[in-house]
Formats: sequence, structure tokens, C-alpha cells
Amino acid sequence: MAAPVLRRGCRGRLWALACVDGGSCHGRGAPTGSPSNRIRGQSSVAQQPLHTAQKPRKGEHNWAAVVGLEIHAQISSNSKLFSGSQVRFSAPPNSLVSFFDASLPGTLPVLNRRCVEAAVMTGLALNCHINKKSLFDRKHYFYADLPAGYQITQQRLPIAVNGSLTYGVSAGKERGQVIPKTVRVKQIQLEQDSGKSLHDDLRSQTLIDLNRAGVGLLEVVLEPDLSCGEEAATAVRELQLILQTLGTSQANMAEGQLRVDANISVHHPGEPLGVRTEVKNLNSIRFLAKAIDYEIQRQINELENGGEILNETRSFHEKLGCTVSMRDKEAKQDYRFMPEPNLPPLLLYDATSLPIGADPRQVIDIDQIRETLPELPSVTRERLVQQYGMLPEHSFTLLNEVGLLEFFQNVIKETRAEPKKVTSWVLNIFLGYLKQENLAVSESPVTPSALAELLDLLDSRTISSSAAKQVFEELWKREGKTPGQIVSEKQLELMQDRGALEQFCYSVMKDHPQVVMDVKKGNPRAINKLIGLVRKATLNRADPAVIKEILEKQLSS
Amino acid sequence: MWARALWLGLRAPLGGPRGFTSKTDLQGSGRITAEMIEHLERLALVDFGSREAVARLEKAIAFADRLRAVDTDGVEPMESVLEDRCLYLRSDNVVEGNCADELLQNSHRVVEEYFVAPPGNIPLPKLDEQEPFPHS
Repeated sequence: MAAPVLRRGCRGRLWALACVDGGSCHGRGAPTGSPSNRIRGQSSVAQQPLHTAQKPRKGEHNWAAVVGLEIHAQISSNSKLFSGSQVRFSAPPNSLVSFFDASLPGTLPVLNRRCVEAAVMTGLALNCHINKKSLFDRKHYFYADLPAGYQITQQRLPIAVNGSLTYGVSAGKERGQVIPKTVRVKQIQLEQDSGKSLHDDLRSQTLIDLNRAGVGLLEVVLEPDLSCGEEAATAVRELQLILQTLGTSQANMAEGQLRVDANISVHHPGEPLGVRTEVKNLNSIRFLAKAIDYEIQRQINELENGGEILNETRSFHEKLGCTVSMRDKEAKQDYRFMPEPNLPPLLLYDATSLPIGADPRQVIDIDQIRETLPELPSVTRERLVQQYGMLPEHSFTLLNEVGLLEFFQNVIKETRAEPKKVTSWVLNIFLGYLKQENLAVSESPVTPSALAELLDLLDSRTISSSAAKQVFEELWKREGKTPGQIVSEKQLELMQDRGALEQFCYSVMKDHPQVVMDVKKGNPRAINKLIGLVRKATLNRADPAVIKEILEKQLSS
Repeated sequence: MWARALWLGLRAPLGGPRGFTSKTDLQGSGRITAEMIEHLERLALVDFGSREAVARLEKAIAFADRLRAVDTDGVEPMESVLEDRCLYLRSDNVVEGNCADELLQNSHRVVEEYFVAPPGNIPLPKLDEQEPFPHS
């Protein structure tokens, strides 16, 4: 029976004691399904008699959870970190593999400049201190998809340290309010990715594809400042946006360009941190939140029932919605870190320390990279709120949907309508239609120009609000008509002839003396009835606000 | 002098390489346990087949231990003999790869352009089982 040795085991890292406020997070509900020790026959906690050291705390509900994340982002580059083979998502097996990637004897690593720049950019965007000197190390473990038997990483002195990632959690109580929270970034390091293993249980073998072996990764280690699934998911989402904005990684979780491992423990506030477990195999932001909340609850349940938490690695089972133990008790991995003997220290420079006369292709200037940083999501959001007067919550939505911000800005450019109107239409109606049919912004049947034209018609009071919605529905049908064409075809234009409208009002009032009486008596809702009648009479082609104005005028005379 | 060597021997792991936790740290006794051998064999996949090999290992460690007699107070450890060299930065161009056939020829077993490996890692037999480890 093969006992699989894990590729990335627990590093015996000590966590700083942090008093965590778990009050801001609501639990996502009890874990679904039975506790893990009844699934797959694997017992994460043996049915032991009560440990004398663990006093059962039945009914004690004051728990705080501590979550630390290790995020691996695949660097968006043409070639790999230490070799010149291509980085591509899908290709015939082992076709993107160089001799170095296959670990043939005599090959040596050669560092890719683009990967270093990507690391520096990411470090700067996360407010890190960039180490002007960083070192490469070998981390040894045996697994078939790691042909060299070691991974080149930066354990001793990584390229960036001590940063912060700010993310926004919706307050819930006040509409549109977003509370900024920060999680500290411990470090960012450059490291190699491993190849892919395809397990063929039927024939008791594993198929190895080394296309991914050697691809550059940015490992972002977050301090355990997070306390629940929602915070973790939001922080990861923000990091994803930052990486995508910088262009350093496409950070697509579904394609494996962004992988997250979570370290989770629970404790009573004021007491030392509990034993932590590591949860792997988190393939989407949604599952990340779910898995973390499940694991927190599992640990709480376990401890409240007098059990204990094992320091182990668990995998998230998507279908069952629970975490499952990945290995039985064995000695912790000893990675035997050693300096990578084939790589000198990586030296970075800034404007003051740039060596004179040096080949620009061989030096990296941190200050120059800082100047070329694009606008970060948090700055963009702030600008949107200031410039267009929208709620912070809106700015988050605009940035969260791929292509939506660009769409919004294109509409703003072409329309005379007020920004608040545009915001409302884009976020409520446009986005609503997209979500209903599960379309991306790029697949929208309505172009920014079309929406801009529609909003112009609305703004100039050529059509009413309800008519505009009708037109939008028509536009969505992809019949190639412009808003103007639809309006004239369906005769949705508002009546411009005030005299005719006054006539309508007069005749409606004449035909419904009882309602007129009610209005005069002071019944506030009676006037709405009159407005409704006039609207009906005019086949909905009159602006209700104007109708009301005319009626009130006629009633008072 | 004996006391100083002992003191250095104890001090070295504390002031020594930062960040490395070495399980192969011996405190001067020179004796290696069966447990340690098993651990080393699993980590490095070497085969300490005989008692002679273990004795050789003990001698090698004792030889290296003499480094502790050197006074390294206030001296920055040298991490790499390449520390004065420039780390060459390669431009991000695709210049290699596309040699699957060549690479696959090195493999004992191949299935449709994939390398074939055993399922997961095979655990080593325990020392007391006396089975020779099937080195590939």
C-alpha cells in the first residue's frame, strides 16, 4: 500500500500570537453531511477516550478562528523561470519541456528577467519592502512530477517582505458601505512549479506531464490575520484583481494559475493558538470560503466534543462540501533546504544605486518599475466614487466583473445622461440581464453606444423610464435595430404636445368625478388613480410626472 | 581548550545558519542511531547497506565537526562561492522545448507521450525487515 508523500507539507512555522476578533464574521452554517471521520473510512481523529489535557468545553461558544493563506500565482511570461521553454496552458504532453526542465544532467538554471520584474511589481503593489539582495534555495522532496528531486525556491531571503493587502468587506447594515480590512503579507518569493501527475488507479500507475515543470510562480504568504471564509475569499479576490491589473499573472483559479492553501486553527480568545490543519485543493473562490468555514466548524465541533485536532493536511471535497484527511500520521517533511549552488545572489537596484555603464538588460531598477505601475484597483475604485458620486459598493461591483468597467466608461463617454443614471442602468439592468443568461460582458448583445443612445433618449425626455426598459429588452434580442428605430417602430415616444395632454387630463377628470372628489377631499392616493387613467388613455405615451403636474394644476383651478 | 570546543559545539547550532532546521545535528557524541539512518535513507534515498557504511558516515561527520573549532565570531557566513558573480538575466523568449520524443526515450516506460511512474511514493521497507531497496 503506497503512502503518498505530500509535495508541499507543513512547514513548522511559528505563528505570532494574535488576538483575533471573530465577531465580525458570521458562520456560513453548519457543515453539510456527516463529520469527516465517517467519510471514506478515514479517521481524522481516532475515537479516543477523553484526553486529560483537553477539558471538554461543552456549550462554550466563544471561539476565534485564525486563517493563514499561502497563495501560488503562475507568472504570466513567455518562457519558464529558469529555462527557455514555453509557458502555455494546453499543449501536447511533454512538448514544452527543455533538458533543464527534465532535469537531465549537466543542465543549469538561467533566471528569466520578466519573472523578476513580475515579482518586484507585485511586491510594490502590495506595499512590500523589496530586498535588494535575495537568494535562491533548494527544497528537497521526492515526487515523480519533480524530476530534479528538489524545487528551486527562496526560503532564506525572498525577494519581497512585510507588505499589506487591503480588501473591502461589505458591512451589510448600511447600504453601499464597505469596511476596509488589511491582511499583512509576510513575503513574496519566486519559485518553480512542478509538473502534473495524472493518477491511473486502474493500472496502478501515474502519468507525468512536465509541461508545467519549471514555470515561474509567485508565492504570496499572508500572515494569519484572517478569521473566516468570507474574509479569505475577499482577500484572495482582491489579490487576483491586483495581479490581473498588473499583468503579472492571469490568476485564473479554474486554470490553476492561482492556487490557495489555507492554514486553519481555532482557539478561545485570550488563549494560545490551537493546532492548525492545512487545507489544499481549493479550486475556486467560492470553494475557498466554503472549505474554510467548514474546517473552522469541524474543528470547533471536534474540540467541543472533547476530541483533538491533528496537525495534518486535508483536502476539500467539492461534492461532499467537506474536508478530508489526506494522509495518515507520519513524520513531518524535512526539506533539507540548502543554498542553490548554481545561482549567485539576485541583486536589484534603485535610482541611487544603479551601477554606471551597466547593461540595462542586466540590471533591474526598482524605482523605474515603480513608475510604470498601472492604477491599482483600490485607487480606481476611489476615483470612481469621487468622480461619479457612486457608492463604494458600486465601485466594487464594477471592478469585479470582467470588462464591466470598460463598458461603463464607454457609455459615460458617449452619453449626455448623468453618471448616476448610467451607474444605475449598468449595474442594475445591464448586469441583471447578463447574469440571467450567464453571459460575460464581452458577449453582450447591447453595445456601449446602444446603451448610450438609449440613455440620451431617456435624458431628453423623449421616452419614459418604463419605455426605456422596453427598448432595452428589444435591444437584447439582437435584431440589429438601434434604440431610435425601436422607439419609432413601437411608438414609444412621449407625447410632446402639452395641449393634447391637457385635453386628455380634462376628459379623464370629467369621466371620473368620484375620483376627483376623493382627491379634493385630501386622499393622497386618489391622484395616482387619475394618473393611471390618463396614462392608459394616452397608451402610456405620457410622462407620469408631467401628467401629475397638469392634473394638479387643473384641480386647483 | 576542551571546554571551549564543547562550548563552540553547543553554540554553533544557535548562532549558525539562519532558518535551517537540521535534523542531522549531532551534539558531539558521534553515534548515529538506527532511527537516524532510517530517516536519512528516506530523505535522500541512499542505502546504508552495511554497518561499515554507517561507520564511514560517523567518521565523515566527526571530520566535518572539526570546523566548529574555527572562531567565526562576527563573520558573515558565505552562502555561495558565486557571491561576487553577477546573476545573468535571460530575456523572456521561447528558445527551447519541443523535444518530447528525445526526452521520452530516457524513460523506462512511456504511455502516449507521458512518463510513467509508480502510483504516489513507495514507502521504504523498515530497517529491521532486511529487504534490499529496489533502486531504479
